[in-house]
Amino acid sequence: MKYYRSHVLVGINETSVAAGVHNFLKTLRAELSKSGLSDEINILETGPLGFFGKGICLTVYPDNVNYENLKEEHIPQLVQEHFLKGRPVPSLMLESAGKFSPKLNYNQRIVLRNSGIIDPENIDDYIGAGGYEAWEKALTRMDAKQIVEEVKNSGLRGRGGAGFPAGVKWSFTAPLDAEQKYVVVNADEGEPGTFKDRLIMEGDPHQLLEGIMICARAIGATKAYIYIRGEYKLCIERLQKAIDACKNYGIIGTNIFESGFDLDIQIKIGAGAYVCGEETALIESLEGNRGHPRWKPPFPGVKGLWQAPTVVNNVETLANVPFIISKGAEEFKKYGTPECPGTKVYTILGDVSYPGLCEVDMGSTLRTIINDYAGGMKRGFKFKAALVGGAAGMILSERLLDVKMDLASLNQYSAVLGSGAILVMNEHQSIVDMLWSILRFFRHESCGKCAPCKNGTQQLYRLITKIKKGEGNMDDVELMLSIAETMQQTSFCALGQSPIMAIRSAIDNFRDEFIAITQK
Amino acid sequence: MYKEICAKYAPTKDNLIYILHDIQDNHPQHYISTDAVAAVSEYLNLPENHIYGVLTFYSMYSTSPRGKNIIRLCESPPCYIKGSENILRKLKTILGVGVGETTKDGKFTLELCACLGVCGNAPVMMINDDVYGDLSEEKVEEIIEKIKGRN
Repeated sequence: MKYYRSHVLVGINETSVAAGVHNFLKTLRAELSKSGLSDEINILETGPLGFFGKGICLTVYPDNVNYENLKEEHIPQLVQEHFLKGRPVPSLMLESAGKFSPKLNYNQRIVLRNSGIIDPENIDDYIGAGGYEAWEKALTRMDAKQIVEEVKNSGLRGRGGAGFPAGVKWSFTAPLDAEQKYVVVNADEGEPGTFKDRLIMEGDPHQLLEGIMICARAIGATKAYIYIRGEYKLCIERLQKAIDACKNYGIIGTNIFESGFDLDIQIKIGAGAYVCGEETALIESLEGNRGHPRWKPPFPGVKGLWQAPTVVNNVETLANVPFIISKGAEEFKKYGTPECPGTKVYTILGDVSYPGLCEVDMGSTLRTIINDYAGGMKRGFKFKAALVGGAAGMILSERLLDVKMDLASLNQYSAVLGSGAILVMNEHQSIVDMLWSILRFFRHESCGKCAPCKNGTQQLYRLITKIKKGEGNMDDVELMLSIAETMQQTSFCALGQSPIMAIRSAIDNFRDEFIAITQK
Repeated sequence: MYKEICAKYAPTKDNLIYILHDIQDNHPQHYISTDAVAAVSEYLNLPENHIYGVLTFYSMYSTSPRGKNIIRLCESPPCYIKGSENILRKLKTILGVGVGETTKDGKFTLELCACLGVCGNAPVMMINDDVYGDLSEEKVEEIIEKIKGRN
């Protein structure tokens, strides 16, 4: 093994690719070799670095210096000053923008523990970080029942929005006697403001694969599909590379580690429909149909893909599984709250100093997340509201900043955790306008299968447009609530049942705004 | 041409979505024609109405001809509050077309889309396979000019 004086981690993601990171690296490598530093400085292309700088970002170890928004013209200065003379360049550093250093809590992370540290395209890096130990343990030292029990004991709950306990879900499918069972990974991330799954897959694709493998073994599935949206090109590329590497190493395939267990993992690409995030609609789409949800029961765990027992799990849920198996349920329960153990990955957006990604204990408050991980409000702006959980989430006011963010605590305020998106709004932004945008989204994404949702989303959009224009009255506001409540009770799937949350929270928390605009 | 594309996939219904993607990507006008639907229907032994059902359900497919470059501007809440409406207005002015329309020279089609998952850089648009983030009205103009020059 070669030893380097310094390691430079370069975040390769959709943002940096758009900023021209590939050309940047070419120039950087050329400059390093010109200065005779190629053998001293190691450049490692990795996933999200854990902070969310603009454009091209670098982290330099062992100095632990973060650079952001780098351009090719900065390279000579960077190489001469930092890499040659060992003097970091403050003007290019992330801190220079606001003297804020985002908390990089690697020791408290589960899902993102390798993200930004290892090369996601190199399986050896993952193995070197303890990867596939859990898979080996699950396959050779545990039986299926023990795996299900361990996951059940861990209290891991689904991270896709509904929060159903993962182990319980598996326990429905595991004992069934069927010729073929399936694992389906829901990577059709479409909740506005959410891109945690993209970053998990870009940063550490092998961890997801390992979670899939363990799940497959637990329920006795020999085929797994990752249903991913077509726009996530980099994820698809990296996952495919990871799957190929696993096949090459005999980590998946036939008679894995001479255990007699076979497993094949395939990527399936979606075609753009929000409703396909609903598990039965996703299954319909996999079968080559319109993405219409199915009647439940039977649940997919009993009759899913091609009528075979199928477990559908979210990316983040499965990415937690390797940790639970290798370290044990008890270790996992040390994170988070008793009712809701583990961590949660959030994407924080809007008017904060550092929009970005973080993984924190379940039960952290909104205030902690905004202040410690996103640098607080952008200078000159005051907090007004946060849309938590995307379009199917809630608009929370300042009153709820100190509520613990976990499924049980939020439930008391009839709020939901949803997908983990936090969109922060400042005092100048209009709640009515925000709600209009949310309801426009629902109108567009309603699949048209059931009348309450198909007609309801149209009517809600019509009403909020009228209110937004200043032509509505408070009766219209009440009518929206009543329509949305009816939809909640009568819609076929979660899509039609969701608009009530945004509407009710907006009206409850910001009633004055509705009164003001209707009296104009 | 359609038959050759179909032949790359096993003739099972679950491949319908991939065949349609492949046909559309390989068509110079990025759409799925009635001839294509007929060919797929025959290959998969599925009624044409099923294929149209799928085709019109998913937002990534088009049944009418489109331009060489497809612009998809995100209109979901995170982009909306960062001013995607202004970007849309600008795009309409520069291109001289409305949403869903193609410029006369066949170079650009303007579309709106739901969240692209790049919200950290809102407002965002995709042109073909490339993502453009942190858009401003000036930046949009630059991007369009650059692509025009490239073509």
